[in-house]
Order: sequence, then structure tokens, then C-alpha cells
Amino acid sequence: MSILRLCAWLENTQVATSIRESTWLFPTVETIHVLCILIVVGSIAMFDLRLLNLSSRDRSVTEVYDDVMPWTRAAFVGAVIAGGLLFSSSATKYYHNVPFRLKMLTLLLAGLNTAYFEFWTRRSIADWNNAPRTPLSVRLAGGISLALWILVVACGRWIGFTK
Amino acid sequence: MVRGHRVIQAFCDWLSNTPVSLKIQTILWIIPAVQTVHILSVSFVMASMAMLDLRLMGIAGKRQPIARMVDRFVPWVWRVLLILATTGAILIVGEPERELLNSMFRAKMAMLATVLVITFVVQRRSNRDAQFWETRRVAATAVGCVSLLLWVGIVSAGRWIAYM
Repeated sequence: MSILRLCAWLENTQVATSIRESTWLFPTVETIHVLCILIVVGSIAMFDLRLLNLSSRDRSVTEVYDDVMPWTRAAFVGAVIAGGLLFSSSATKYYHNVPFRLKMLTLLLAGLNTAYFEFWTRRSIADWNNAPRTPLSVRLAGGISLALWILVVACGRWIGFTK
Repeated sequence: MVRGHRVIQAFCDWLSNTPVSLKIQTILWIIPAVQTVHILSVSFVMASMAMLDLRLMGIAGKRQPIARMVDRFVPWVWRVLLILATTGAILIVGEPERELLNSMFRAKMAMLATVLVITFVVQRRSNRDAQFWETRRVAATAVGCVSLLLWVGIVSAGRWIAYM
């Protein structure tokens, strides 16, 4: 089945139709989506700033990670579910929307950056976990992540200003 | 009440015809760009305050003392608030009626004023006595809970401005 047919099927589901036709459902789901994204971006920024040596220098990287990540994960799941519901309400329209596509691409890149950090850079964590100054590869991971998440928010906001 | 409304309406009419407002209205990317900076700043404040509120409630970050978290987060919240006030002001100048005559905007401002007073008190008490909130579990939980609910309300009202 092609993606477009999948979109057409999705927006004809009961849930998608209800969101599209209701006056209050879309803004409500959107509010939940925004709340979740704020927590995701704000908490990831805390961790990225630690990787960049710009904050929490008196705490180990793992300590900041453990404090922040459970909330990031939970909020991310919420953002994906709420975002999926918003997408379903006009799936075909969003599929063709340029800022939407850019947002998904940026999200994918942020995911790849995280995966690279988790599976590769993190192996040497014992060397820099408590260091007030982290190595370049770690700072890069933090900087790239921060930049990509800023773009995710910018693209998300941009979607609302396009037809 | 009706008179107050008319005064605000007149103010909006005047403001939307000022050269600055007209400039913002004609350059289409300004509003989305400023909104993006506003939202990113909100995410910073929201995540910081949520961590602190959850700590006050005894739910998150228990390895750090409350006073330490207050020192870590609250000074930044005040700084970022300046960015929020500036970007918010630009959005008001660009679209005065959308904000000033909007009941959601007013609810947002009322909740914001309340939460800022609460945050100020939390910080002040904590600075004077680092044990203040640690030894008052019930009060700390209540304050954290009210503050978190207010921030959720502020964000929600902010998003609903567009739908009123």
C-alpha cells in the first residue's frame, strides 16, 4: 500500500474524523502535544548543556542523565501519540506539507545523533563522566542535539502558518 | 466593564496603526519567528519549573537538596522571563486585538502573575533558610503542585489564544 493511500485510510478512521470535525478536540490534543514537546525539548536541553559544559558542571553526566531522561522519555511518548492523532486528522495534507516533512527529517537526524552518542561516544564515558570539561565528540553530540531540537520546534510552529 | 473594553479597543486600534506594528504586520516571517523563540523560552522555563516543582513534591531529583535546585534553576527562570516578556511584547504590538481582547490571554497573564509571586516566595524562603522547604513537607508539596498546575494552565491558555 502506498503512503498516500495509507494517509487516506488514516484520515477516514473514526478517531481522525472526530478530531477534524470537533471544534475543541484538535486544540485540546494540540495543547497536550505542545506540553509534551516543551518537556522533551527543555529536559534534553538540560542534558545537552551539561554535555557542552555550560551547566551543572559540578554534577556527573550520568547523574544529570538519570534525573532528566525518564521525564524526557515519558513526554516523548506523549508527544508522539498526540502528534500522531493531530497528523491523522488531515494526514494527506500534512504528508504534502514542507515544514511537516522538514520536522520529521530533523526528528530523524536527532534520533541518529542520539543513537550515535548512546552506542559509540558513550563507551568512553568513564573518562569524562565527572570531568568539568568534556571531549569534543561529546560537546558535538550536545551541540548538534540542541540545534536539531530548536529546528524541530521551529518547523512545528511553521506548520501552523501554512495551508 | 463595557467602558474598560472600549478603552482597550481604542488602545488596540491606536497600537495596530503605529509604524512598528504595521512593520510587523507586513513582514510575514516575524510573527512565526518570534513565536518560535517564545516557545523555546517557555520550554526552558517549563522544564526547569517542572523539575523544581516535582522536587518540592518529593517526586523527582531527590539526590539534590531543594535549596540547590532553587539556586540552579530559578535565577535562569528570571533571566529567560525577560526574553519571554520581550518576545511576548512584540507579538502584542504585531497583533494587539488577538491578545489584549482575548479572554485566554487574560487568564494566562493572571496565572503567570500568580505563579511568579509563588516562585519569588519559594526562592526567598529557600535563600534565607536552606532547610525551609525540606522541613515543611506538606507546604512544599502543596506549593509544588499548585505551581506545576499553573504552568500547565499558562501553556494551555497560551495555545488556546489562537482559537478564541
